[in-house]
Formats: sequence, C-alpha cells, structure tokens
Amino acid sequence: MLVLQAIIDGILVGGFYALMAGGLTLVFGVMEIVNFAQGIMVVLGAYLSYALFTHLSIDPFLSLVITMPGMFLIGIAVYWSMIRPIKQDRVIMSLLVMFAVGTIAEGILDLVFTSNLVQISTPYVNNSFTVGSLIFPDIYVYAFLMSVVLLAGVYYLLYRTRFGRSLRASMQNPTAARLVGINTDWVSAYTLGIGVAMAAAGGMVFGLTNSFDAASSYDLISRLLAIVIFGGFGSLSGALIASVLMLVIQDVVAVVWSPTWGQTTFYVILILILLVRPQGLLGRKAVRAQ
Amino acid sequence: MTAIDVTPTGAAAPEHIPYEPPRQIRWTGTGLLLVFLAVFPLLFPNPAVTSIAVITMIFLVAAIGWNIFSGYSGYISIGHAAYYGIGQYTVALLAMHAKVPAGWDTFGLLPVAGLVCAVAAVPIGYVVLRVRRHTFIILTVAVMFILQLLAFNLVSWTNGSGGLEMSFPTWQGSYFNEPFYYVGLVAAVVACAASWWVRRSKYGLGLLSIRDDEDRARGLGINAARTKLIAYAISAFFVGVAGGLYAPFIGSVYPQFGFDPTFDLAVAVLVFVGGIGTLSGPVIGALLLIPLQQYFYLQFGNANLYLIAYGVLFILILRLLPAGIAPSVTQLWRRVLVARRRAAARSRAVPALAVQSSAVQSSAVQSPAAGPPEAPPATAAVPQAGGDEVAR
Repeated sequence: MLVLQAIIDGILVGGFYALMAGGLTLVFGVMEIVNFAQGIMVVLGAYLSYALFTHLSIDPFLSLVITMPGMFLIGIAVYWSMIRPIKQDRVIMSLLVMFAVGTIAEGILDLVFTSNLVQISTPYVNNSFTVGSLIFPDIYVYAFLMSVVLLAGVYYLLYRTRFGRSLRASMQNPTAARLVGINTDWVSAYTLGIGVAMAAAGGMVFGLTNSFDAASSYDLISRLLAIVIFGGFGSLSGALIASVLMLVIQDVVAVVWSPTWGQTTFYVILILILLVRPQGLLGRKAVRAQ
Repeated sequence: MTAIDVTPTGAAAPEHIPYEPPRQIRWTGTGLLLVFLAVFPLLFPNPAVTSIAVITMIFLVAAIGWNIFSGYSGYISIGHAAYYGIGQYTVALLAMHAKVPAGWDTFGLLPVAGLVCAVAAVPIGYVVLRVRRHTFIILTVAVMFILQLLAFNLVSWTNGSGGLEMSFPTWQGSYFNEPFYYVGLVAAVVACAASWWVRRSKYGLGLLSIRDDEDRARGLGINAARTKLIAYAISAFFVGVAGGLYAPFIGSVYPQFGFDPTFDLAVAVLVFVGGIGTLSGPVIGALLLIPLQQYFYLQFGNANLYLIAYGVLFILILRLLPAGIAPSVTQLWRRVLVARRRAAARSRAVPALAVQSSAVQSSAVQSPAAGPPEAPPATAAVPQAGGDEVAR
C-alpha cells in the first residue's frame, strides 16, 4: 500500500515537473540551446505568485493569469537581448549566457526577497482527501489537473495551429524552415517565451509545495536537466514520461529503502539508460554535427 | 617584378605570418610573470592579499587542468567539481586515517589526491565520454551530483553533512598563507608544463583534431575514445590537486563545497574569458578574474550585488571578446603585423609596377598606396586579414 501511495504521489508531482521540463525541452528542440536559467525562472515564477498572494491576496492559481503572460514577455526579451546577438558557437555560448542571466536573476531575487526561505501558504495548502487508504493532498491534485490542462494547451498549440507547424518545422530543419518563409527568429523568441511561461506555472506549484529561496534553482535545474536528458532532448512527450518516471522512482525508493537514496537512484538509472540509449527515451538519434 | 605578388585588388598575398608572437616575447613574458608571481608574497605580505593569492593559485591549477580536457577536446565538462571534491576528501581522509601531521607533510598527499582522481576518472570517463555535446555536459553534472549525494549519504566515511575537519598547520599567522601559495605556484607550473606538452605533442594534435571534427579524426585513424580518456584523466589529476590544496587551506571538507556545482561554472568562466583551448588562456583568465571577483566580493560586501556585477561582467566579456582575451590579443597583434607588411609590400611594389605598365597599375592599385611606408593601411584590407584566421 505504501508503494502504491508512493507511485500515486510520484505521478501527481511528476505532472508539474513535466511543465517545467517541457519548457526546457521545447526551447532546446527549436534553437538547440540549453536554457540554464530555467531553474531560476521557476523560482521567479514562484516568487511572483508569492508576492501577488501576500500583498494583493490573489489566489496562486489565479495569479497565473498575470504571471504567465509576464514571464512570456520576459522570455521574448531575453531572446532578443541575450540569445539573438550570439554570432558563433551558439550551443555553448548560449549555455554560458543563460548561466549569467541566471546569476543576475538570482542576485536580484535575493536582493528583493532576501534569502529567507518562504512558501506560499494558502488556506487549502494542507487539505487532503482519502480514497480507501490512499491520501490525495488537494493541492497536488489541483496542480496535476492544471498541468494536464496546460500541457494539453501546449500540444494543441504545437499540433493544431499554424504557429505550431512553424515551430515544428524550425525544430526539424531551421534552414529549410527559413527557406519556406518562416521567421525562425520570432518562432524562437515565442518558444523561449512559452518555455519560460511554463516555468512560471510550474514555479507557482513549486512555491505552494516547497519552501524556497533563490538558491533552490540549482537543485531544480539539475533535476530538470536530468529529466530532459532521460526523455531525450527536444522531445516533449519524452519529458512528460521522464518526469513521471523520475518522481515515481524517487518516491518508491524513498519508501522501500531510504529517502536519502531516492535521487541518487534516479541519477544512477539515468546513466545506465544513457549507456544503452545515449539519445534518451524518445530522443532522435543525434545526427552528425555540421 | 618583385617577389611579392600583387593581386588585382591590391591585397598582397601574405607571406607566412605566425599565429602567435615570436618565441623571445613569449619566453620573456612567461619569465617576467613567473618572477612576479614568485616575489608576489614578498611584495604584498598582507594576509588578506596573500589569501586571495592562494585562492587564485588553486583556481589557476584547476583552470589549467580543466582546459587540458575541455579546452583541447572541445567537450565542455561542467562536472569537474567531482574531482575537486574527490581530491579534497582524499587529502582529508588520508590525513585523518594515516595520521599525516598538519603542515608540510600534508602537501605530500597532493600527488596522491591527483592520482586517486585520475584513477577514478577512467571508469567515469569511460561512461560519460560515450556521448557528445549537451548530453555530455549534463552527464558530467549528473556524475558530480551522484558523488555529492554519496558524500552526503556515506556517513561512516565522510561524516555526511557534518563534514570533515582538518587540523591547521602550526605556522605563524603572519606567514600562514605563503607555503600554500608556493605549493600552488609549483603545481600551476607543473600543470602548465603538462598543458604545453599536450598542446605540442602528436598526442595533443589528435586531441585538437577531435575538437575540430571527431568523426573525421576517427577516419584518419585516431583512437578517439582512448585519446579523450587520457586527456580526461590528466585534467582530473590537476583538478584533484587543486582540491587537495584547498581542503587543508580551508581546514574542512563539506559535500556541498567539495562537490560544488558553481565550481565548474567559475572555472569555465575563467577559461572562456582567457581563451578556451589556448595555453595562456586559463592563466590570463584566472590571474585577472579571481582577484577581481574577490575584490568585488569585498567591495560590495553584499553577495547579491556581487552576483549581479559578476553576471553582467560575464555577459559583457562574452559579447565583446567572444574568443577570449588571449586569442583576441594575438589576433589583433597579427592583424597589425599583416597590415604593416602589406603597406610595406605596396610601397615596394608600386614603383616596380609603375615602370612596367602604367595602364595596369592604375586599375590594379586602387588605394592611395603612394604614401610613405608608415602610412595607415587601407582599412578594407584589415577585415580580410582576419578572415583567414583559424577559429579559436
């Protein structure tokens, strides 16, 4: 029963990890850049929801109406000011630039919110209901449902709209996409915006379920990157499966063995899988660079 | 006609111009730098200054070591903190269990720490070097976090989050830092020598060819897996030595500071700023940035302003000098040399042509080349000179 509970917890928490990791993998798929600042973007989203809740008492779930468009604009601004001007060696340089962006953001967040751990504490944060002997915390269920809705929205955007077609074209072959008249610059900018907005949504849940400060971003980004590699870089479905698997493995190991080994086990499994399948679960096989 | 061929655009085909400054300048510069570093603690004996100097030396060794693998092979590792941590724990554990007294004897453990890291790097490298590019970057981070978690969890060995204490040497406080500084300097010189050897040897040529195009290098018969693994182990050795020097200097080892995720980013920043894949790049980067970083830290007295300033500085450097300081300076130097030779060639070539046929000459030389030899060269020729540079 404990194991079943752990599996359910893993799936529920995996939902919002999928949001954050999905943003990372989309950005990678379109412009081949590793958004190292995704961790701090999640924390920024959490802080924005926190500020709106404590100062204006806006419900965190409602605050997404404000924070997601705001973060979307931040993503676009970061693309035009930081990524676009990089002329050479984009893959590595963008990683370093995004790291620097993350450092600056961390400094600013620490200045504004101090480095004390905070948590968004809504009245319903500790509520839960039970089915049989299984416990379902309300907040995880809400978060899971919200993640499903948002991810469905992203899938709709990707597979049913004109923008989605341009985005997938830019993913498959940027040069050819440009040749048929797609403005890959704007597609990239919007994608980074969407990725960062997904981080905002994930961050809101993160802020509800964890106490956090700006330094939480390091732990977050390493988990998110592990998920994205596990699922295969650039594969949204891979990221979804990998986040759920990661959290389930972690929770089950924590129950069966000991909580301290949960994350280690995940990393070990990650490495074992990469030995067999270097491109990750659903990743495309790496083609020769050039 | 003179030996110098004048093409219709007026650009002289450059005779061979070396890609680096002449040997005398390089050796003199290196010698002066060494003398300066050797007498530095005598000039500035203030303990606050010398402790910054020790940190600088530690990062210098680590940066040179990191560059031997990541710079020359093009595989950017963000997980070398794994070896920084292993080096620290090796020294601390050996000092504790083998009862090595604090002081000069501890420094005898440095090569051991390096060797332990090099040995550990072989199986780790075997696994992580199977993948390339981003996946490689992230895998190295994953390995580092696994080791960090192990250090947290293997309490019987590492005392977990409680960390290990090392007893301080009994040197007098006023020159406490100096032994660490000089040992660090020696380690840095050895690391530099290793880096120089790798850069100049046939083995290193194979490594550089992997950086430029791994598949083609393999096609040419280079055993890519072995070449990369050797460089990985060499670089782990020096990063381990840096860690082994850091632990007794600070006097304690903690999982989160030994296996520190920001360590590699700091080292990568140094090397990128100095010029990745060059011999002098890590040296320039470490000697400039670490003192600057420490200065910022002391100046602002506020870790957050420091983070912001450092991030902004980093972006500015990436934007202005994308190739790094060392390559940018050599490029500039070479550009000046090319321009000067071209101007000289033109002033020699023009009279010769003028005698032969004035009709061809008027169309051949468009720029006002009749000026004195010292005249500034046509600006259009300068970007062309940079065009044939090898990247990085």
